[in-house]
Amino acid sequence: MSDLRDLYQQVILDHYRAPRNFGALEPVCASAEGYNPLCGDQVKVYLRTDGDVVDAVTFEGVGCAISTASASLMTEAVRGLERPQAEALIASFLKLMTGDGNGAAGVDLGKLEVLSGVKDYPVRIKCATLAWHALRAALEGGDSETVSTE
Amino acid sequence: MTAPAPLADGERPPAAGALDVERLRASFPILAREVHGHRLVYLDNAASAQRPEVVIDAVNDCYRTYYANAHRGVHALSELSTDAYEAARGKVARFIGAPDSHEVVFTRGTTESLNLVAQSYGRPLLAPGDEVLLTEMEHHSNIVPWQLVCEQTGARVRAAPITDDGELDLEAFAGMLNERTRVVAVTHVSNALGTVNDIPAVVELTRARSDAAVVVDGAQAVPHMTVDVAALGCDFYAFSGHKMYGPGSIGVLWGRRELLAAMPPYHGGGAMITRVTFERSEYAAPPQRFEAGTPAIAPAIGLGVAVEFLESVGLDRIERHEQELLSHTVEVLDDLPWVRVLGHGKGAASHRAAVVSLEIDGAHPHDVATILDEQGVAIRAGHHCAQPLMDRLGVPATVRASFGLYNTHEEVDLLVSGLHEVRRIFG
Repeated sequence: MSDLRDLYQQVILDHYRAPRNFGALEPVCASAEGYNPLCGDQVKVYLRTDGDVVDAVTFEGVGCAISTASASLMTEAVRGLERPQAEALIASFLKLMTGDGNGAAGVDLGKLEVLSGVKDYPVRIKCATLAWHALRAALEGGDSETVSTE
Repeated sequence: MTAPAPLADGERPPAAGALDVERLRASFPILAREVHGHRLVYLDNAASAQRPEVVIDAVNDCYRTYYANAHRGVHALSELSTDAYEAARGKVARFIGAPDSHEVVFTRGTTESLNLVAQSYGRPLLAPGDEVLLTEMEHHSNIVPWQLVCEQTGARVRAAPITDDGELDLEAFAGMLNERTRVVAVTHVSNALGTVNDIPAVVELTRARSDAAVVVDGAQAVPHMTVDVAALGCDFYAFSGHKMYGPGSIGVLWGRRELLAAMPPYHGGGAMITRVTFERSEYAAPPQRFEAGTPAIAPAIGLGVAVEFLESVGLDRIERHEQELLSHTVEVLDDLPWVRVLGHGKGAASHRAAVVSLEIDGAHPHDVATILDEQGVAIRAGHHCAQPLMDRLGVPATVRASFGLYNTHEEVDLLVSGLHEVRRIFG
């Protein structure tokens, strides 16, 4: 059963209050915006790659605890990954959110598991996935693309 | 077809004009349900209100016993449906003080009503350089239809400012009126802040400085206060059934007869014509001219019953009850330093409907909504379809609690205890 304590775990509240890697990135290779027209939340994700490796990811924007913490945790999780690993992590996280199994095989979500409580709150899933969709768009190379949850 | 009043035959409401809220609550079946193990506390009435049994029964009764298309057949059921549908129009006309029921057009809701005015009144009239004057507190449904018609005609949309206390700045509004102003479109009650605009003053200023028609979005006013379109002095008045305890998918556009009579149709189709050939068609007189196709017959009949329900409870009594709830809410929230009630200037003697938009320190409205929902408290979090207003207030979104005739002081206290839970998690 859903429980607010599962949703608002300390790690999530901590990343909400003090988001990591928050702000624009300079120099930057690609960026993409995520927008949820339902609630007005928006996030911009900046990506810098070094060859095939994700060198740095930052984000900025306004959002709820879930979307902010998810974005913050994401920036930590993808750093240093090779592009295919990053893509696999995104796919795995999105699978976790949609309740479609426990993520893709072979991908350890690690700390990101704290967000698994979100799947019991269907209307909040888009909050958690907003930054991830934006990162996927940035990885696909679109500069300043806007991905919408609707 | 007459709606049973919520009180038994011949019984008068409680003395001194107070609402018997518990008794009223019993006539709304949905209020008895639980959400997440708690009794439902429904404070999202500005988005959509709930329906009393009489309204549900009226819609049911129509489908079960006499439904057929209106204005079509000579058979018995068609006649019964037509009579009930037209009787509902008459009830609505009386309810809003319309001098003539032909001035009442049934639409799908406020949004369609406003689009109808924009396209059928605005589009033939507007020319490049003309102006449509709105306010900063409009709902998107009173902004976007005007933007569309301005794109089509070369006219432009302007927005009169509001003050930091959430009031329309009437002086600035007056200063923006000029001979190019063709339409003034203003909300009667702000859906996000509860501000009640002084429509007679808006009309007076408009008449003194322009030839503009005054279009009023009444969606948030009609369920909460007596509305008399003749006394307001406006030219068009739009509202929705679902916010006034009526069915969804039915709304009203009231317009002055001479204006409606001069307007071209909005949609083309059946029922809105007197004669059709492939060369040309002759249009029916209002209101049929604006009701192409098969109308929402049962919802319209249900709306008529909702009107009778509101009349039987008494708008004065409803307004008094809701004002008490609002005062109680604001009083309690003012004591919480981590809660800010937006657009209610402290001590401002201004008129507000029973809506509060809140900012909670350190907690995003969506998180507040989730935490309150866990306790059965339904509020709205978001921009309330008023993004320009959110920009003006400098907030991305708010937490909005909006009251209806069935809400209680105890429910206000449950809202507040829910906010304390938010504070416990996010404080």
